[in-house]
Amino acid sequence: MFTWDQRWEVVIGLEVHSQLQTQSKIFSGSSIAYGAEPNTQASAVDIALPGVLPVMNQEAARLAVKFGLAIGAHINQRNVFARKNYFYPDLPKGYQISQMELPIVGLGELEIDTEDGAKKIGITRAHLEEDAGKSLHEDFQGQTGIDLNRAGTPLLEIVSEPDMRSPSEAVAYLRKLHSLVRYIEICDGNMQEGSFRCDANVSVRPRGQEELGTRTELKNINSFRFVERAIEFEIERQIDILEDGGKVVQETRLYDPDKHETRSMRSKEDAHDYRYFPDPDLPPMVLEDSFIEEIRATLPELPGAKKARFESELGLSTADADVLTADRDVAEFFESTVNATKAETKIVANWMVGELFANLNKSDLEIAASPISTAQFALLLDRIADNTLSGKTAKQVFAALWEKEGEVDAIIEAKGLKQITDTGAIETIVDEVIAACPEQVQQFKDGNDKVIGFLVGQVMQKSRGKANPQMANQMLKDKMS
Amino acid sequence: MTIITLAQLSADLDAGKVSSTELTQEYLQRIDASEHNAFISVDQELALTRAKDADAKRANGESSPLLGVPIAQKDIFCIDGTQTTCGSKILENFIAPYTATVVSNMHDHGVVSLGKTNMDEFAMGSSNETSHYGNVVNPWSSKGATLVPGGSSGGSAAAVSAQLAPAATGTDTGGSIRQPAAFCNLTGIKPSYGRCSRYGMIAFASSLDQAGPMTHTAEDAAMLLNTMVGFDSKDSTSLDVPAEDYTTQLNDSIEGLNIGLPKEFFGEGLKPEIATLIERAVKEYESLGANIKEVSLPNSHLALPSYYVIAPAEASSNLSRFDGVRYGYRTEEYTDLVDMYTKTRSEGFGDEVKRRIMIGAYALSSGYYDAYYSKAQKLRRLIANDFNDVFKECDVLMGPTTPSTAFSAGSNSDDPVAMYLNDIYTIPANLAGLPAASIQAGFTSAGLPIGLHIIAPYLQESKLLNVAHQYQKVTDWHTLSAPGASAHNVGEKA
Amino acid sequence: MALDNETVHIIARLARLNIDDSELEKYGSELSNILNLVEQMEAVDTSGVEPMTHPFDATLRMRADEISEGNQREKFQAIAPSSENGLYLVPKVID
Repeated sequence: MFTWDQRWEVVIGLEVHSQLQTQSKIFSGSSIAYGAEPNTQASAVDIALPGVLPVMNQEAARLAVKFGLAIGAHINQRNVFARKNYFYPDLPKGYQISQMELPIVGLGELEIDTEDGAKKIGITRAHLEEDAGKSLHEDFQGQTGIDLNRAGTPLLEIVSEPDMRSPSEAVAYLRKLHSLVRYIEICDGNMQEGSFRCDANVSVRPRGQEELGTRTELKNINSFRFVERAIEFEIERQIDILEDGGKVVQETRLYDPDKHETRSMRSKEDAHDYRYFPDPDLPPMVLEDSFIEEIRATLPELPGAKKARFESELGLSTADADVLTADRDVAEFFESTVNATKAETKIVANWMVGELFANLNKSDLEIAASPISTAQFALLLDRIADNTLSGKTAKQVFAALWEKEGEVDAIIEAKGLKQITDTGAIETIVDEVIAACPEQVQQFKDGNDKVIGFLVGQVMQKSRGKANPQMANQMLKDKMS
Repeated sequence: MTIITLAQLSADLDAGKVSSTELTQEYLQRIDASEHNAFISVDQELALTRAKDADAKRANGESSPLLGVPIAQKDIFCIDGTQTTCGSKILENFIAPYTATVVSNMHDHGVVSLGKTNMDEFAMGSSNETSHYGNVVNPWSSKGATLVPGGSSGGSAAAVSAQLAPAATGTDTGGSIRQPAAFCNLTGIKPSYGRCSRYGMIAFASSLDQAGPMTHTAEDAAMLLNTMVGFDSKDSTSLDVPAEDYTTQLNDSIEGLNIGLPKEFFGEGLKPEIATLIERAVKEYESLGANIKEVSLPNSHLALPSYYVIAPAEASSNLSRFDGVRYGYRTEEYTDLVDMYTKTRSEGFGDEVKRRIMIGAYALSSGYYDAYYSKAQKLRRLIANDFNDVFKECDVLMGPTTPSTAFSAGSNSDDPVAMYLNDIYTIPANLAGLPAASIQAGFTSAGLPIGLHIIAPYLQESKLLNVAHQYQKVTDWHTLSAPGASAHNVGEKA
Repeated sequence: MALDNETVHIIARLARLNIDDSELEKYGSELSNILNLVEQMEAVDTSGVEPMTHPFDATLRMRADEISEGNQREKFQAIAPSSENGLYLVPKVID
């Protein structure tokens, strides 16, 4: 917590540009695939040749409606494209086709978890628009290069209410939104490629004051970490100004992650007058009830509902349910495993959140790219449940599975990891340990129960992890009493 | 000397009396010899290639009414590989890399494009004087007094009138086909909004622009329109309606036709001589069995003000793409990006275009949007409602196309508003999206042609052309050739 | 209504047009004349009237999500004022 928390209240609203997962652009038949050679995916419409006209991609409308339904928003069945006029070299028409007065998605909300419990964040609107191209500032004899491949890529701009009161709430909201758009498969959420971008409106006001303070808009905060740091920096900057008796200037500021600071951006159009008006090339979009209902039928179980079900039906803790429903692929991996294994749900959760996530993180892999299939993962957990493996040997099997050395049972066989449950074999080791550790045996006999752990450890070590620890434990106690 | 119609050329080609190559060569020679400045560019090679192609098709037994017929194209249409300037300096070096749908439709029907006609810059003008490529001479000018051909399709009108092409395409945002047709003694049709695709037609005011034919006769207009129209998936405002043959109803009787004369079209500002000529034309219709009644379009006086908000507003945005980045003119020297933009646009655009961009930007700017743009769009609805009301009791409306005849170059250029009054009768049909025509209806005592304006209900181009054709069957104004028409004669050759 | 020089200047800048000081008056008065023409609109009561953005109030037709456009860079950049390595070049853009 920051020192400003006592005197100042922070008000944050986020604008998220989410690139819609279509094949083609929103108003032309060009591909939106990432990473093509410059201007090879820029058609006559995209480069705004004289005389060309936009034609709306229905899939973009479908994905926008899907989002609206997922946040329980009002869908504007009549919505209108408008032109936002400004000059910029990455904006070929000199205007961006966007939505102003009548966006496709109206008021909705998203629930986030905060330290003080669940909190609803209002979503003012979400509207369709086209992306701009890219300005490449590498030196071309002191000039800027323009690549219009991205121009016309469909975006859904999701505008929140100024409902967030701390950087961590902003991040929680952003994560939730990020998870949602991937859940409902409208956006791949790839922040490095710019498929999911965030601007933040930040202001502060003295606690208790009704009126909002002057806000600044932060741009270029395209990772969860940057969002938090940029907002933190900006809050401190604004408070410093206000505490010195100054005034915050309403402006757009760019976050520089290297220097960890925000700085004022030279404005894109010195006079901010976008001269919005309805685009005469695009009549109003009218969505039939049947169109919307068809989309509703394709909605998957949403994270909130899934989380509640994981808690109530599968008995997961809130923390586990949270982690395991944050991503749709993760949730599906979890459920497939649960359905395939005899192991307890709790064990599945522990192994996923623990071993699997740790390895995925280390290798920087998404769960979809996991080298261990749900079937093998389930089998591994089965072998723990039926006492073939101990926790320790299971980890060895896991490691082998990760390296794709084979299937679970074959690995156990090949590595000789089958747990020793034969009484005679364990008894031999137990006798050796008792003989080797007279001091600890005496302590146990004097009433120090805790020392049994050490002795079991010795048995496990001698058996190279294969002895059944419960049997070893019981046998040691029997022999020492 | 008589006019040469598309119908006649079509018959001659069909009968093998003349080849497309011969026709095309003849017209190319006329263009070359003319001094009307009707064309901005002519691609002889391309025209002759198409003509040869058409001849080969005819030799192969293919037939289509306009297969091999040469026509002129307004320089507002992009044609792949040809210079397309839109009358502007900013597009002087622009070689279009694609073809407008209207043009490719015509090419599919075998039409041969002769060249690109002169026009007011970005179609903004009523006299062709805003063209970067110089004034166009109205072939009806008498010696010593050079008259304007009207605008913005002034080059097309002059070309057809001077018989440099048997027909031409035009575009009409506020009267740009009909007014020059009236000034040059032609038939000009502005179809219903959405009939002709706007794809590849350089935009002026997107919600008003519409392409159409400029010809000697209604029959020719029907034939040419047949090759221009059609649903186009590339234009979101294109109408998806079944194709029709506009020639089929030409000869229908118009007995019992109800003609409305909006009294607002006969008020102050109309030259009395024109009013008399229009009354005479209406009498002719009466003698053909039509019923005449006076009607009212009470909001029509608001058309001009609404238009001068809506058209510049849309234009200011449409013309933002001319920034010197991807095509077209870029200024020679500049210090930074804003300087490059500003110099490019200031040097590339002429005065009238700048004026309209400024008006449009102002009308859309914050604080004024409701008072201007939004208000104009509301008035537009009132104007459209007026038409809906009168069409309950009328089949078509008639009046003068323009309040005055062709004027001399320079006489109106100092006063934009006076110039705008040229379009006072034509603008309402654009705002309402209705089909409208100007047809030849006689001459003033000074020997200048005047136009009869006919407006029909939505999608009733066939009715419009029928009404026009029936008049032309009993009158001969349309057959009179301009004094400045080309001395050669294709008909004699054939 | 008359437009003052300052307003003409602001609009010109918004439209990326350069109006010389010598032309300011001329533009100002011409624009004012047009605005005077336009002011006739004010007298009309339009309460309850829906703005008409398209003739005949058409609704949007949408296309299927298919890639129909290929690479035409060479053709398009042949007419570009300045390009290099497939990029359009402009004076340095500073954010």
